[in-house]
Amino acid sequence: MILRHPVFWLILAFAALMIFLPLHGNNVSMREDLILVAVAVILASNLNLMIGYTGYVNFGHIVFYGLGGYIGLYLAAEKGWRLVPAALVAGVGVSLFALLLGLGILRLRGAYFALATIGVLQAVQSFVSNFDPWGRSTGLYVSFDAYEKMGGARHALWITYFLVIAVMALSMILSLGIKISKFGLGLFAIREDEDAAIVLGVNTTVYKAIIYSVSAFLPAVAGALMFYKNGMIDPSIAFEFMMSLEGIVMLMLGGKGTVIGAALGGGLYEKLRSYLLTSPKLSNFHLVIAGGLLLVVVLFAPGGLIGWLYRLVPRAKKVLE
Amino acid sequence: MSLLMEVSGITKRFGGLLAVSDVSFSINEGEILGLIGPNGAGKTTLFNLVNGVFKPDKGTVKFDGQDITRRPPNDVVHLGLARTHQIVKPLYGMSVLENVIVGACFGRDYLHLKPARKVAMEVLERVGLAHSAEKPASGLTIAGKKRLEVARALAANPKLLLLDEVLAGLNPTEIAQMVGVVRGIRDSGVSVFMIEHVMQAIMSLSDRLVVLSFGQKLAEGKPEDVARDPQVIEAYLGDPDIAGKLKEKN
Repeated sequence: MILRHPVFWLILAFAALMIFLPLHGNNVSMREDLILVAVAVILASNLNLMIGYTGYVNFGHIVFYGLGGYIGLYLAAEKGWRLVPAALVAGVGVSLFALLLGLGILRLRGAYFALATIGVLQAVQSFVSNFDPWGRSTGLYVSFDAYEKMGGARHALWITYFLVIAVMALSMILSLGIKISKFGLGLFAIREDEDAAIVLGVNTTVYKAIIYSVSAFLPAVAGALMFYKNGMIDPSIAFEFMMSLEGIVMLMLGGKGTVIGAALGGGLYEKLRSYLLTSPKLSNFHLVIAGGLLLVVVLFAPGGLIGWLYRLVPRAKKVLE
Repeated sequence: MSLLMEVSGITKRFGGLLAVSDVSFSINEGEILGLIGPNGAGKTTLFNLVNGVFKPDKGTVKFDGQDITRRPPNDVVHLGLARTHQIVKPLYGMSVLENVIVGACFGRDYLHLKPARKVAMEVLERVGLAHSAEKPASGLTIAGKKRLEVARALAANPKLLLLDEVLAGLNPTEIAQMVGVVRGIRDSGVSVFMIEHVMQAIMSLSDRLVVLSFGQKLAEGKPEDVARDPQVIEAYLGDPDIAGKLKEKN
């Protein structure tokens, strides 16, 4: 079913391009650029499952990324696990945490849910800052010889890059798969009118908890990979509230509720951000521009770039999910 | 005719307001039961108690041999009890067809997407909305939205359909069409329990009527008998002595 969908092949082609571009000529700086783009796409795509599909605004989405990073780094650096099992366990652990948490806070709706997600982020950050096994506020470090298992640091960087690209492709495929499934239809019904959805037979409590948990899995895996690659993690970089907000900007920019829109917004925003951050004149302004961008999109193009495209070419709606 | 639903002694209180008080009635298979009463009588509250949106303080609801008193609405639909809303609740961001597919997917048969689409098209045909299938639900007129409510509930393949004022706000032509739709639903073997203010329509459609006033059951019976009941006339016309006067006269 999903194999027949053009977007599925588009995703694979995109992932293949992301692998080919830096590999061709061993372009390391391009690889480091693109890995950030991939992470942005991962975060935006999974956030889209909550905001775009289910209509629940999660301001604390980054908590999954940070927690995944901590669990992954702890297992890989302190316990000597291999990277892939450590990242998978991080994903599963964070998903279970989200499932339990979701059954509680998803009883809240609208602004109250959004507020609760900020609370979750702050609470987790405070907890980790005081949690001894995870190094309190100084965090955890990867010793250089941990990379030896992967054939040296240079090799390890390429391997994590490929893994992150794989997680990115999986995020988009997951978004597409859910969008064209019955499960997705149930989520859309919740987004449009939760009370009507219940009366139509959708078990909204279970659906919401599942999607909240699913939206935690791949960001947690990505967090484990990224912080391992960076070699360190501490509470302030793992649970950065700004990154949560930027995730929302990415989603709105590209077009919430669509697979391509989330990816497009994530990629474009990350490109813009890195340009601003490295430009000598504008480096302090990237959040100002993010805020302005969000305002412009919300006011003038609530459907984001994809919504704008749908309006220009209505037929695109049938093909580009 | 066998018993499909039995409601006994159902009571719901909102703070100091006794919204529904000790109401009992039953619905037979293949029957159209009408529910009438002045505004604020508790009709919609009774619907909400029957399909599980509200939990009753007292009383029980039995449907198709099972006690469904405290089951949530999404469970109740799977057993074959679907409803429409007085204030229409279309899923605005979705097309008319998608709205009905939701009904079919999560209804009694819990269909997969493909068969659900087929069922949805058939149902849209039945209620006369097939030509608007691809339209966004937000683009429908009020009559269209009422039909969509009916279509969505019908797509769940219910044994009993609760219709909450599907005729309100429609013009005479649209009312005649909708009455035809309701008759067709009953003829296909689905029982109907409907709230309605359009008297002519409800009198001609219903096999039996239940009258509610201030949360209590005032009368129950054949439409023509109910219409002659002095207490019912009093409730509708508001004269506190009219029941006594009418009784004397007879």
